[in-house]
Amino acid sequence: MSNVIAVALVAAIASIAGGTAAKAHAILDHTSPPVGSTVAAAPAVLSLSFTQELEPAFSNITVTNEAGQRVDLGNVQVPPGAPAELRVGLGPLPPGTYTVSWRVVSVDTHPTQGSFQFTIGR
Amino acid sequence: MIAFRFAAGAACVALAITALAEAHEAAAHGFAGQRFFPATILTDDPFVADEISLPTLTRSPTGLDRSQEIGIDIDLAKRITPDLGFTIGQGWTHLKPKDLPGATGLTGLNTGLQYQLFINGPHEALGLVGLNVGWAHTGRVAALGAPDVTTLSPTFNFGKGFGDLAPELAFFRPFAVTGNLGFDFPTKTESAGTPNPNNFNYGFALEYSLPYLQCCVKDVGLTAPFNRLIPLVEIAFTTPITRTERIQTVGTIQPGIIWSGTYFQVGAEAILPVNKASGRGFGGVVQFHVYLDDLFPRSIGKPISEWGR
Repeated sequence: MSNVIAVALVAAIASIAGGTAAKAHAILDHTSPPVGSTVAAAPAVLSLSFTQELEPAFSNITVTNEAGQRVDLGNVQVPPGAPAELRVGLGPLPPGTYTVSWRVVSVDTHPTQGSFQFTIGR
Repeated sequence: MIAFRFAAGAACVALAITALAEAHEAAAHGFAGQRFFPATILTDDPFVADEISLPTLTRSPTGLDRSQEIGIDIDLAKRITPDLGFTIGQGWTHLKPKDLPGATGLTGLNTGLQYQLFINGPHEALGLVGLNVGWAHTGRVAALGAPDVTTLSPTFNFGKGFGDLAPELAFFRPFAVTGNLGFDFPTKTESAGTPNPNNFNYGFALEYSLPYLQCCVKDVGLTAPFNRLIPLVEIAFTTPITRTERIQTVGTIQPGIIWSGTYFQVGAEAILPVNKASGRGFGGVVQFHVYLDDLFPRSIGKPISEWGR
């Protein structure tokens, strides 16, 4: 093994010994309503659950209809006691396909983003 | 000498391209928009990263001379700035020629300097240029065939996810491809009377990301560990282009699977030679790969330029 790699390994071990808290990219784990699903009626709340705790100030969700108009209530929040979840309220919505766009920052500052659709039954 | 000048010229072109590249938001660890690109085993990654493969265990297909080879490799990728990174890797190998005693020792040291040319989030596209160097006399030359010549290898690595396909092709959106184009320029034309050809290297990995299917297309109800699996096929070829009596392409096809977790990934692939010149039978490779930027986000997982902030 080269000396350089040995030094890198020693640095990694030293960092572990230093007690660095391990946090990571927040990956979307599951949602309600589920990604790509068709539901009978609009849910009152759209919920996204991630693999890591979120930084609320830098995490956001928008929901748009097929015309590109924003239809969520804008009250995005990380609920108390669920630091890896992001929610936004939805008003009454007509049948159609809706696009959810999200961008979050995990508590270690790693940003991730994505989008998916769900359909309210026609 | 001509090869060296050619290589130096290619490196200058690569550097010029990087100088012209526009600035962008860098995302470590293989993200382009909502697409996560795992670190592939055979195909060099199209992103700068803070990651370490520790180790990669390889059982190569039987050689043309019926020799058997087992290797253990370690590779480190580290960002210097958010867009500039380096790689360093070396291996230990055991080679057993047929009817002869086996030999063990280090393979050559490989290093690389990489620049992230672009990341296009909406189109899930990545581009990277790099200059890899295989260093002479850093392994066991005589017994194991480690290089006695330093080789310069400019490369262009790319990645493209298909998340921007039309809605009617939704179930094709989890597909992604990464690939490499590069050349080898040995700095000596021959070693022990054998020519050292310039080579053209090309290859790609085709992946179907079940995490992407779950998060971004349709939640089909997969649970752990299946919701983090990425089946893939990797293919790589090397074709000599100078100082060779006949052009003989060698390469491998490697079907396999990667499981990607929060802090590390595990990959396993079969190794199938593409022709007789590439070996006999089949081999296999497994890799344990750690995401240093996720494991140590406030220390060695950050770009060196941001240490201490």
